[in-house]
Amino acid sequence: MDFFLQMLVTGLVVGSVYALVALGFVLIYKSSDAINFAQGEFLLIGTYVCLTLITSYNIPFIAALLIALLFSAVLGFAIERIVLRPFIGEPVISMIMATIGLSSVLAGIVHIIWGHETRVFPQIFSDQPVRLGEIVIAPVYLWSLLIVIIMLLIFTLFFKYSKMGIAMRATADDQQAAMSMGISVKAIFAVAWAIAAIVSAVGGVLLGNINGVNASLSAIGLKVLPVAILGGLDSIPGAIIGGLIIGVIESMTGGYLDPLVGGGLKEVMPFVILVFILMFKPYGLFGKKEIERV
Amino acid sequence: MKNPFVMDCGEFHVNYKQDMRIWKIARVRWRVFLLIAVFALLPLISSDYLIGLATLCGIAAIGAIGLNILTGFTGQISIGVGAFLGVGGYTSAILTAKLGLSFWLAMPMAGIITAIVGGLFGLPSLRLKGLYLAIATLAAQVIILFIISRWDAVTGGTAGLVLSRPEIGNFAFYSERSYYYLMFTILVLTTIFTLNLFRSRVGRAFIAVRDRDIAAEVMGIDLFKYKVLAFVVSSFFIGIAGALLGHYTMIVSPEMYSITVSIEYLAIILVGGLGSVFGSIYGAVFITLLPVVLRAGVELLSGVFPELSAVLIGLKEVAFGLVIILFLIYEPQGLAKIWKNIKDYFKLWPFSY
Repeated sequence: MDFFLQMLVTGLVVGSVYALVALGFVLIYKSSDAINFAQGEFLLIGTYVCLTLITSYNIPFIAALLIALLFSAVLGFAIERIVLRPFIGEPVISMIMATIGLSSVLAGIVHIIWGHETRVFPQIFSDQPVRLGEIVIAPVYLWSLLIVIIMLLIFTLFFKYSKMGIAMRATADDQQAAMSMGISVKAIFAVAWAIAAIVSAVGGVLLGNINGVNASLSAIGLKVLPVAILGGLDSIPGAIIGGLIIGVIESMTGGYLDPLVGGGLKEVMPFVILVFILMFKPYGLFGKKEIERV
Repeated sequence: MKNPFVMDCGEFHVNYKQDMRIWKIARVRWRVFLLIAVFALLPLISSDYLIGLATLCGIAAIGAIGLNILTGFTGQISIGVGAFLGVGGYTSAILTAKLGLSFWLAMPMAGIITAIVGGLFGLPSLRLKGLYLAIATLAAQVIILFIISRWDAVTGGTAGLVLSRPEIGNFAFYSERSYYYLMFTILVLTTIFTLNLFRSRVGRAFIAVRDRDIAAEVMGIDLFKYKVLAFVVSSFFIGIAGALLGHYTMIVSPEMYSITVSIEYLAIILVGGLGSVFGSIYGAVFITLLPVVLRAGVELLSGVFPELSAVLIGLKEVAFGLVIILFLIYEPQGLAKIWKNIKDYFKLWPFSY
């Protein structure tokens, strides 16, 4: 039972980070119908910037994180403007390939600047484990969960009450109607990309604190796909629930099944689930079914 | 008499038979024969290194034609090519190395098995479209690769399997030159088959499905049948390419079939031209030679910028991504369209249109 609870908590923490990154993915899809295969590289760049600020310039963690987030936002803006703007309304394959190309460029830049070796964040959270009843949790996990919950809360409030958030929802609902109400759809797209880059950077910094930082961190960008599909590509609550489900399943697979098959099943399980979900619910758990006309 | 120095300024067909030919004008027919002759004679005068590169380009072209049938002509995006290549390579490896079958039986079998696997993963395509389908094929990639790297008893696990070169009687295809001719024959057959496919009922149905699947269904095209069929036909060629590649490198291992390969193949058909058979070949040559040219360029500049060679891998990735993005922005129809523009320019020269 201890083991089960331990796995559950680990899964929830990792899942909450997935949820955060998936939120950025869904946000972009919802507002501009674009799919961002470069989400993993956004995460990587944000993390490396934060790490470099801390280790090379001795900036305290919180300040470094804020600067990294600012940098990510600017990067998101710039990429939307330079690369993605020409692809609005283009076929799906152009969009997919454009973001795949973008991810390749960003990954290459990361290789050139930061190299390949794994780096670790300096100790930020205490390493004294916290005991919750019978299970033991590293503080970094608790902090991660807390930060993710705060971020999700902020975004929920942002979408519900702020002018920009409401405008974003309106654009997602109907671009033309939003435009006729005087909403600048282009500005909305730019903000969506900036937010996506910000949440990825936060997710990356948290995961980097847990596992260390190297280029394989960008694999999260692929793992976010099952999460987003599971919840439904255009549903923000779906992304959050999908993230938690995938995180828990992954952790359980890692705990119970991996020893039986010799490892590696953990990474594959989300995709197996993805295939099953798509067979029965092609638009995910909460996705909106598209109605097509000839 | 016709002036030999001017070109026809258009194709004018007076009957259906003419309109349905593959090569519509005698001049084009001769050009194709000439091209085939040039490429058949090429290895006689070039070095082993160049022939090796050409072989790799050709194998990539066979796979790319396969993918283009699915993605370019039928409009079903697949990010699982890498794994399907792996299925082909491993099938051939297992059949020849473990069961002792001859290559000439194993290669078609590799195509057929890959076609079956491809058809299986194509089944969701009836209900899934665009992005959702792309991600389902991505799942296929991850799952197949997992099976390949974990099913140690059959696939040799992460170490992979060792293959031998094919043989006819006493003659084995060990030299670069002989393997080039093997690849070239299969490439020509693939190209002719595919060109003919799109003159047939099935091929036209594929194109109709791509252009608007609901409209195609209304016109009596069985969507499910043709979508799965597209997966099957496309995977068959990808499997053949996988087998050829396996026997060329003489080893198959899981890392040869990663998602990067899938992306590379998508880039090939995109750069070459979606929905163009010859475009697949141009794209295969372009993308296969890109890192080679880049490495040569870096070596050339390493005297001036010695630190350049340290970041070669990163540079390759940047160049690869940039090529994709620039083609998408400036010429979404790829090299095939650029070639067509050049031809059109000379066709109408000295007038602009």
